[in-house]
Amino acid sequence: MSKKILIADDEQNIVISIEFLLRREGFEVLVAGDGEEALARVRAERPDLVLLDVMMPRMNGFDVCQALRADPDLSGTRILMLTAKGRDTEVSKGLGLGADGYMTKPFSTKELLAEVRKLLGM
Amino acid sequence: MNPTRKLVLAAVAVCLFVLVLVVATAGLMLASEAGESGGGRTPEERVVVLVVVVLAGATVGCWALIRLHALYVAASLRMAEELAATVAYNGLRLPEQSAPELRVLAQAANQLLSVRDALEEDVAERVNEARASLEEERSRLAALMAELSQSVVVCNLDGRVLLYNQRAKQELSGGADGSTLGLGRSIYTVFDRALIEHALERLQQAGRDQAGGEESRKLVGSAQFVTATRAGRLLRAHMSPVLGGDGQHGARVGGLSITGFVLVLDDVTSTNERHGRRDALIQSLIEGGRGPLGSIRAAAEMLSDFSDMPPRQRDRFLSVIRDEAKALSVHLESAAAAFSNDLRERWLLEEIHGAELLDVAVRRIGERREGERRALAVKTEDVDEDLWLRVDSFGLLQALRYLALRLQDEYEVREVRLSLARSGQLAQLDLSWLGTFMNNETAMGWLQDPMTTGGEASPLSVVDVIERCNGEIWFQRVRVSHRAIFRTMLPAAEAPTDLPRAIVAAEEGDRPEFYDFDIFSWSGASHELDDRPLTELSYTVFDTETTGLQPSQGDEIIQIGATRIVNRRLLRHECFDQLIDPRRPLSQQSIEVHGITRELLVGQPTIDTVLPQFQTFCADTVLVGHNAAFDMRFLQLKEKQTGVRFDQPVLDTLLLSAVLHPNQNSHRLEAIAERLGVSVFGRHTALGDAMVTGEVFLKMLPLLAEMGVTTLRQAREASEKTYHARLKY
Repeated sequence: MSKKILIADDEQNIVISIEFLLRREGFEVLVAGDGEEALARVRAERPDLVLLDVMMPRMNGFDVCQALRADPDLSGTRILMLTAKGRDTEVSKGLGLGADGYMTKPFSTKELLAEVRKLLGM
Repeated sequence: MNPTRKLVLAAVAVCLFVLVLVVATAGLMLASEAGESGGGRTPEERVVVLVVVVLAGATVGCWALIRLHALYVAASLRMAEELAATVAYNGLRLPEQSAPELRVLAQAANQLLSVRDALEEDVAERVNEARASLEEERSRLAALMAELSQSVVVCNLDGRVLLYNQRAKQELSGGADGSTLGLGRSIYTVFDRALIEHALERLQQAGRDQAGGEESRKLVGSAQFVTATRAGRLLRAHMSPVLGGDGQHGARVGGLSITGFVLVLDDVTSTNERHGRRDALIQSLIEGGRGPLGSIRAAAEMLSDFSDMPPRQRDRFLSVIRDEAKALSVHLESAAAAFSNDLRERWLLEEIHGAELLDVAVRRIGERREGERRALAVKTEDVDEDLWLRVDSFGLLQALRYLALRLQDEYEVREVRLSLARSGQLAQLDLSWLGTFMNNETAMGWLQDPMTTGGEASPLSVVDVIERCNGEIWFQRVRVSHRAIFRTMLPAAEAPTDLPRAIVAAEEGDRPEFYDFDIFSWSGASHELDDRPLTELSYTVFDTETTGLQPSQGDEIIQIGATRIVNRRLLRHECFDQLIDPRRPLSQQSIEVHGITRELLVGQPTIDTVLPQFQTFCADTVLVGHNAAFDMRFLQLKEKQTGVRFDQPVLDTLLLSAVLHPNQNSHRLEAIAERLGVSVFGRHTALGDAMVTGEVFLKMLPLLAEMGVTTLRQAREASEKTYHARLKY
């Protein structure tokens, strides 16, 4: 059974590429355009991994991450944060809130894929 | 022979003379009796003769004694009185004495007096010299301080300001509560007391720590802090100790103790804003770029990694790349436009008024050079008076001069013109001339050659200088008017709002007013105000103009003017001068007195806002007014409405005048001023009257002291005793 991945990002132009890439690699891909939608879809569909953008409308990535980690049912969900902010303080905040990995835009799609596989134990 | 022995001998001589006379007479009478044997005088006759002779002898003796007394005793006492007079007045001499002994004494005394007078003159001269050189140094210091672009404030340990410069006054005054900087005022009205005390503590701690070591003198610390003023400016303060010999305060450092402190203040509000903007630019370029770049990169990698994708998919990736690249360009452009000024190097550029720059350029270019028959004529035309530039003015002037003189030397141009006009965000500075044209290559060469004019050579070219000013320069011809131009485009600057004001020159013999070192010796808390000498107190001399004379029937204050006296000096630059909207009509009578019309009062603040400001201005001072009871009545009637109470001591020049001159009929301000030799200007403005009152009060102080009135308590008691003192404050 293929792994399920949720992409949470309001930036349509990056979602296109990541969605295309992950589908080609055989993953089941879901997309959410803001923080609240992302939270709802994780709860409803239980993806194995969430690619979480920090700057999103209605609820930012940090808050989503915190909410996910506060829910013991979702402890198996892996979180990889993607962000356009590259400050050290933010990386440590993301990891501190319970994210499993952190990638700063622009990133190489190969590295992203490698990180995804690592987090999914593949 | 000394006078006492002389007198004794004289007395003895008189006695002997009388005795000899009596014995001789008696002998003569006995001899004649013996000769005549039995005939002759009766015993009674003999007694009479003897008595007559004794009386005659005694008369002669008394006359001699009186004469001697006048010559020696009375003359010595007179001389003593005359000598006493010479103690008080210089230049007096003892008169010639008739007794030779006293004459010698008087001569010796006169010599002594001459020596003393010469010495005193010498001392006075030295004191004057020293004072003059001190005044000169103080003036230099004042000039230097006024020129500083930083604010400087010097305080004693109590936080009383004893020196400040104009810059400090501008930067530290004008808070919402009317807080202001002034001599003798507390710095704590401007800064938080705890902040200053903390810094002071650090200084003293540093002083103590260092005190033992060899290096102690070098290492007397300074403290830094950043703070916001009550007016909302951000200041970086640098505090250093003032050290003095007297050791009653604070820590001792290398044998000296801290008696006060110097604050050097930099307004970092705008620097901080600029740094903030620069940071924001960098942030926005970095973070704003990441998103679009991420999308582009991912799309590009999809296109190259999966070249087998269907055409529709390929088109979607291509359009992502196109859109994101475009967004990135727009972002970059707007950032560049918004922050262009902040990105440039600013350190050697200064704001200068364009017209002023051109005036200097005209003079510099028009200077006749050595060995030159006639100087180059320079004219200005179309100068935009409102334009300010941010340039390296020295370099720019050098460039203009170089170009103009080279035109004169190589093309025999006789006249050049300078013009300065605004062109959008830029300033267009033209150096133009008529007729003689050069080709573009020559012009380019001139602009790129190192500049040499006369003997002066510069390693820089015109282009270097202009680029430094963030400008561009080029050569062009205007065929219609047959003119050629070196045209420079420079960024226009905002007119600066905080130009340092010129220092007001001090009057002859008068110290500039923004410092007063004598305050160093004050210690505010240690004295009860009442028993402080009048000469030590700080005063606020004030006057009001009103709508009429009946405060209880609704008349209101329409103007308050006040000035300050600190250490017996009237501080003409530390004034309070405020019109007040009375919210009621003015009577025609009162307009005739003060000349303030309804129109002048429209838009002025009301008493509710002015009185708290005035109270701040008066803080820690004694109020002085002429007929102060009248003004105080107005102030007191406002107590409830404004919540401002003026409960400091009040002195009234009218009452003090009555104390000094009880027999004079008039104690009007003009009359007193005339009596005390104060010239009257600007009467019947509140500030003008306050100034006159202040001067009158200063003249009164020494006269009061002569009457034994030297403390505030004595002055108030004397005032109360006078006939006029029946009004209660």
